[in-house]
Amino acid sequence: MSLQVSKEGDVVVIEIEGQLIVSNRQELKQRVLDEAEGGARKIVVDFARTGYIDSAGLGVLVSLAKRLRELGGDIRLANLNDDLQTLFELTKLDTLFQISDTRERALESF
Amino acid sequence: MAVRGTLDLRIPSDVGQIKPVVDLVVRRCAELSFDRRQLSLNLPVALTEALSNAILRGNREDASKQVRIRAVFSEREVVVEVEDEGAGFDLEACIEDPTTADALEREDGRGLFLMRALMDHVERVDGERNVVRLTLRRAGHAA
Repeated sequence: MSLQVSKEGDVVVIEIEGQLIVSNRQELKQRVLDEAEGGARKIVVDFARTGYIDSAGLGVLVSLAKRLRELGGDIRLANLNDDLQTLFELTKLDTLFQISDTRERALESF
Repeated sequence: MAVRGTLDLRIPSDVGQIKPVVDLVVRRCAELSFDRRQLSLNLPVALTEALSNAILRGNREDASKQVRIRAVFSEREVVVEVEDEGAGFDLEACIEDPTTADALEREDGRGLFLMRALMDHVERVDGERNVVRLTLRRAGHAA
């Protein structure tokens, strides 16, 4: 997995390339927490180039959303493919996150 | 049921070893023309969960312990057994629903749920060893 991080105004966009699973989830967690430490409160995670996500990866997203919301911010998700959408629906995490079909819409949602 | 191939390998208790095993099993199923979604979602996620459980919970990441993976591939299904050196657990007793309002914000507790949701069958194999067996039938092949 690799992370591409960019800024769109006051929103930090993190694009995940590859799988988000138990062996690499800490990398995403640390990166987002570092951004939050630096003052970021609005995060978009872009899954356009993401493969599959396991329960550990989902868990990290849940944990990061809680942390950002405690800080008065939020984490929004974009570009889930059909498989990932199914995964979020199965776990009902589609009710916990605001999910947009494009990065632009996720940016506009803040 | 004609067996089209088998797999028997052991990996150390290191989560970094999960993806190569998953890739290998998925590749073998792709050769048998499993459905795209089964190859991109069901199989990789469920198998990652089983291996992760074996390494983190079964073997507690003890470097001296191994996880054994055996798979039988056929035109109809793939059956994967994941064996660890842990004490085992009562799979049937693990029925927590991570989709309830109370559980939704928990970081953990979705692994077994996903395995069950994405596989046709998940069971603990009776015996001295701690083995979880996952069965995924090729799309279009009913039980």
